[in-house]
This record gives sequence, structure tokens and C-alpha cells, in this order.
Amino acid sequence: MSVFDGLKFRRVNSLIHNLDPRIKFVYVIGVFIATLLFLQIIPLLALFVLQLPFVFLARVQRQWLRSLRGAAFLASFIFLINIATNFFVGGYTLTPEVVESAAAMTLRFVVLVESFSVFFLTTSPDHLGLALEQSRVPYEFAFAFTTAVRFVPVLAEEAQTIMDAQKARGLELEKGNLLKRIRNYIPVLIPLIVSAIRRSLELAEAMESRAWGACKRRTNLYRLCLHRGDYVLLGITVAILAGAIYTYFFVSIPTIVNLL
Amino acid sequence: MALIEIKNLTYTYPGGSKPSIDDVSFKIEKGEFVLITGPSGCGKTTLCRCFNGLVPHFYQGEIKGEIEVAGINTLEHRTCELAKHVGLVFQNPENQLFALSIEKDVAFGLENVGLSREEMRKKVDWALHQTGIYDIRERSPHEISGGQQQRVAIASVLAMEPDIIVLDEPTSFLDSLSAEKIFEVIYRLNREQGITVVLVEHRLDLTAKYANHLIVMEQGTIRLEGEPRDVLCNQETRLIGVGIPKATLLYEMLKKEDFSLGNKPPLDSEELADQILEALK
Amino acid sequence: MIEAKNVHYSYPSKIEALRGISLTIRDGEFVAIMGQNGAGKSTFVKHFNGLLKPSRGTVKVDGVETGKSSVAALARNVGFVFQNPDHQLFSESVEEEIGFALKNFGFEAKVIEDRITWALDLLSLSQYRKTSPFLLSGGERKRVALASVLAWDPKTLVLDEPTIGQDYEQKEKLRQFIMQLQTQGKTVVVVTHDVEFVAECNPRVVLMKDGKIVADGQGQQILTDPAMLELASIVLPQIAQVFAKLSVLGLPKNIIDIQEAKTVLLRAKEKRGQ
Repeated sequence: MSVFDGLKFRRVNSLIHNLDPRIKFVYVIGVFIATLLFLQIIPLLALFVLQLPFVFLARVQRQWLRSLRGAAFLASFIFLINIATNFFVGGYTLTPEVVESAAAMTLRFVVLVESFSVFFLTTSPDHLGLALEQSRVPYEFAFAFTTAVRFVPVLAEEAQTIMDAQKARGLELEKGNLLKRIRNYIPVLIPLIVSAIRRSLELAEAMESRAWGACKRRTNLYRLCLHRGDYVLLGITVAILAGAIYTYFFVSIPTIVNLL
Repeated sequence: MALIEIKNLTYTYPGGSKPSIDDVSFKIEKGEFVLITGPSGCGKTTLCRCFNGLVPHFYQGEIKGEIEVAGINTLEHRTCELAKHVGLVFQNPENQLFALSIEKDVAFGLENVGLSREEMRKKVDWALHQTGIYDIRERSPHEISGGQQQRVAIASVLAMEPDIIVLDEPTSFLDSLSAEKIFEVIYRLNREQGITVVLVEHRLDLTAKYANHLIVMEQGTIRLEGEPRDVLCNQETRLIGVGIPKATLLYEMLKKEDFSLGNKPPLDSEELADQILEALK
Repeated sequence: MIEAKNVHYSYPSKIEALRGISLTIRDGEFVAIMGQNGAGKSTFVKHFNGLLKPSRGTVKVDGVETGKSSVAALARNVGFVFQNPDHQLFSESVEEEIGFALKNFGFEAKVIEDRITWALDLLSLSQYRKTSPFLLSGGERKRVALASVLAWDPKTLVLDEPTIGQDYEQKEKLRQFIMQLQTQGKTVVVVTHDVEFVAECNPRVVLMKDGKIVADGQGQQILTDPAMLELASIVLPQIAQVFAKLSVLGLPKNIIDIQEAKTVLLRAKEKRGQ
């Protein structure tokens, strides 16, 4: 209906979207470990570039760029803090090495954001719920997760309707000082809470009526099973980790400053 | 033996001052299409909750009398056991769909009873076909219309292959065309699959023609019960304030003016139009 | 008077909900806006009190352009009753609930007191004055919501799906109440898909489909036009259905009222008799 549309997930089909979320998660963790091994720009840059194909295969460039932009503020903060501490601790001199290590720290962060955002952008909530169910997480948790995802947009829409209803009765949310403004939200919050409680009762009733808790071993309509793509991704993960560990122990990595 | 048998049932919600159901007894036979109507607050919804044990197991409260559904005493068996025999469809479609895809929702009950994946797939597909939503099975609930959502709710109880489907004002949020489609689906299930239907409705103009058993409630009691045509022409029904179909009303008004229309009160426009055409031939 | 000229509206999600609507509602009129869910009915009426502002085109209420005014100012003249009373009830007592809007609009304490008494009386809620609205039944809550809007005596009243979940008698009471408002010269706009209810009221009917108006006229004309109604996914009212099937008899088709139906049929019978 409005700004909350972004919360409504839709199924997308792509090579990356269809991968098993568990393997994707292993991959993200693999990249995470690899980035922790290095504090030099070149290997981190390599890790950064390595993930671009995933972004393009999943066709999520736009959203991906948006999440990077969202991380930009924090990234520049990390950069400045690093420079500052080095500057003050290292005796008030600003060497190229200091700049490079600060840049590397920042890049490490960017790579992390990049890989996690690819994971979340390409994993639908129901896939994620399924992965939770099949990873020995108790079913109640997985169910709570998917139900929350299902009802967040519904509640958001409801909040909008309630705000409209109260505005139509002359409520001005933006009027008054801070305290008054907070109080202005009471006529919105109470109906929202009351209707959320009513809704949860109705949900519970519907669940009961559909044999919730009938037997201990619940089955599942879907089963995640590994396909060729998943094995390939697993292979890629192992290769990245092996490459990173090899590089870490046996290759001396030149810094940019040295290269220049 | 009757499929549903209720004897001297009286029920009071916890904290309630007077019973919501007051000494009610009736029987429903297998294969019937039962319509329950009556003014708001007459106890229709509470009665629905008795059929699958939500009353008294979920709602607690004080209950007296006997209820037997498909040979099971609902006072002694939990709702999750009764769910295999009785499917309940509620008024608001939004609050009975909890999965992120339609077919997953339809499978919910079957997953709960621990059916194997192959069996489940067969039943889910069957239920999706029966309700005409097979083509949208992979969508998420907020991508479809209210009428479609309600059909998902029907499919999800249908998948359990129940003996009885109980629907509590399933179309009150829908426009009349979507409502009519829902009623057609229910009617077909009743006729072709032999599923017993209990439908709670205010809109008799859309539903009376499907029913072969009409129950009129008021203040927790059953006031009238029987063949829809008889009940709707009974003067008492009018006093209770039930929305009698316009075709039935017009028939009676014309009858009073010596308009010879035969002795079978019509339940929809088609029947009345035929009678008038016959009379004016 | 409400004047909409070539109104377009798109939600932030880029979905175009209204696609060029022009409509004039004169003072004292009773209009039913009908159409399928998602046709844009609710979106359109939310323009009357400025809850939504047109992306293109203008909406004027008594000459004031809604785009240039606040909701609080517009709401003073256009009262809006939402479909679900639970989306607005929040007070500890019915009396406070009704007083809420009056306080927001800055009425004096004495006037507020009088208006509350008046509104409670109007909707026969006086006995619940001190009761919590949450303890009332669905039908009563709906009446409290209506009273809380009528209390400030707006010139125009918009009712969004007022018949949903209401039984026969409640609908009949609502119809009589709207008629009463009509005699007081109020403008009433009802958004609904309840065709039998509209047939009984026989107001001006505006049919919407896909964000456009497809028909506009007296209920008797619009509700007896099968082609038109099918376009908006509405079923003919039952009386009209009967007459649609009697076409071979050469009877008039545009009949939705049961008394009129009886008269016409009796006359037809007499003619045959001669």
C-alpha cells in the first residue's frame, strides 16, 4: 500500500536465489573468515571482486548498491577513526602506510557488508524459515520467524489505517513539544495493540483448528536438498578458504605503498 | 447415526454473565448443507467453535450437555484430533493464513499430523484444484485478493479431507461476485465430494438456495429449524429479524394478492421468475 | 460541495490507484460509491478530507482546495467513519471516545458535554456513557465510532463499508439513520459493495473500476444494468434479477424496489386477465 511495500517479499527465480540457504550461509561465513585473515588491500580487493558475479547473476545490483550506500556512513567512520588513532598513537605523523591500513580496515568492513547483503537479498524469508526448520532449530522458532515476516506488512498497513482514522478525527501528530508529540501517539498505539492481540487470538484459533500440535514429528511439504549449484558453491567456498590460508602462510603480500 | 449430534448443550464463556448457548439440541446428517443464521450475538459463532472442540478446550468456560461429531465426543478429545474430521473456516481470511506461500499454507494441517511428503503433495494439489487456486499456489498471501485468500483457507481445511466443513461468515469481507464464487465452490464440494457443510451466514439471498437444512438462532437458542422454504415462510422468522431473500418476500406479497404462483416458495430469483412466467403465460 | 477534477493518485510504491476521476457531489446528496475491492473507492474518498492529496488534478471541498489545507481543517467539514471501529477506539469510556475529536477541534468544555449527550442519544448509546468501548459488542462499537464522528456535526459524512459484518436489523437501522441525516440536509457518501443495501436506499450510484468512474446515475438505473454491473464485478440485486428474467413479458426492467415490483406484477396480471 505504501512505504511498507518493501517488506512484502516476492519470489524471484535466479541461479543464486535457488541455491540452498544453508550453503549460502556457509559461503558467507567462509568469506567472513577469509577477510579476517588479511589486513592488506590487495587480497581484500580480490575478495570484494570475487563476489560481484553473484550480485549480477542474482540481478540484485540496485538493491545491493543501496545497501552499500547505507553502509557508506559507517565505513567512512571506521576509516576516520583508524586514521585518527594511528595519527595520535603513532606520534602525530600521517604516513601512507597509516592511510593504507585504515583503508584496508574499511575495505574489510565493506566486504562483510557485501557478502551478508548478497545473502539476505537473495534468500527469501520462506527459504530461510525452511533452512531454520531443517537445521534442528525447534519448529516453533522457525514458525515464529515466518509468521512475523508474514504479518509485518499487514501490521504496518494497519498502523497506517489507524493513523488515518485518528487524523480524520482531528488528531495532529506533529503538533506540540516533544512530550506532547509522544502523547499524540497514544490514540494510535492503543488500537494497534488491541487489534494485534485480537489478531493473535484469531491466529491461534486457526492454528488449533488445523491440528497444531497433533503429533510430535511434524513433516514438511518442502525439503531442502543439495543440487549441483550448491556443490559448486561449496567448492568455491573451500577454494576461497584454501587460497586465503595458503596466501596467508606462504605468500608475502606487497602493500600498495611498496608497489608504488 | 447422525454425523453431528448435540444434546442439551449449554455453554458460558469464562467471565460471562449469561450462557452464549442455552440448552440447544439438534442433529446434522451426513451430506447435508446446513445454513445457520440469526442476529449478531445470537451464538452462531460459539456454536461453530463447539464443532471442533475450540469450545471448551481453547476457550475454557462452563459447558454442559453432550456433543458428538463423527462419533467423537468433543468434550473429551482435543481440537487437534478433531481437526481431521472437522475443518473450520473463519470470517477474516487474513488471520488464518500464516505461511509465506499458498501451498505451504494448504499443507499446514497435513504437516502437523505428520503425513509423508508424497501423500501430502497429492492431497495439497487435490485441494488446490478443488478450490480453483492451483495456478497461484506459489504466490504469497498478500499478492492475492480477499476472495482468493478465502479460497486458500477453504483449501487448507479441505486438504485434511474432513467429513464436515464449517464456515463462519466466510464472505462478509468480500464483494457479492467473489462471495458467489466461494459459495459455488462450497456447494460443489458438498454435492460432488459428499462433504457435509455447515455455513453461518447473514446473506440468505445468496445462500438459501444451496441449503437443505436451515437453523435460525436467537439469544443462544434455536428458534426455528427445518426445510429452508418452510422456515423462511414462517412468520416467526420475520420477527427475529432475519434477512429473508427478496424473491421469497415478493412471492409471499404476491400470494396475498391472489397471484397464483404454486405452493413452492422460491429461494432465488430464478425460481420466482419461472413461477411468474408460468402464471402469466 | 465536493468537486474532483481529473484526479490522479499514485501510491509511493508507484501503483496508480486513481486514473483521472472527475466527480461533483452537491450538498445534501446521498452517493454510493461501488466497485470491486481494489477499484480505488477508498483511495478516492480519502481525498475528501485530505488524508490523501492528488498527485495530479484537484479536489475542492466547499471551494477550498484540499492540497492546500490540513487534514484537521478539512475534517471539520467532512467526517469519515472507517470500516473497522477497532481501528479508532482507544478511550477508557464511550464518553471520552466521543469527546476526543471535539477536544482536538478545540470546542469549549460546555459544548463538548452537550455534544456528547446529543450524539449518545442520537445513536441510542446513552446507557453506555461510562462503559469502556472495548466491552461493547461489535455492532455497538460500530455505533460508538459513528457517534464519535457525528458529534462535531460535519456537513458531509463518509462511511467506508458500513454494512460489513452487520446483520439484517443493524443494516435496516443504518439505512433509517442515513435517511434521517438526509432530512437534515447532510451529504452522505457510502463506500460499499453491498448491492442489496444500496438497492434498498436507491441513492445516486457511482461505479468505479481500475481507478476510473465507469458509470454514474440513479441507483435504479445503474443497478439494473447487467452489463455495467458485470464490469464492476457486482451481482444484480435480487429483484432486478427477477425482472431481467421476465424480459419476454415486456415489463420495465429498472425495478429494484420490492413494493414497486409487486405493483408492476399485479398490473401485468390484471392486463392478462382482461
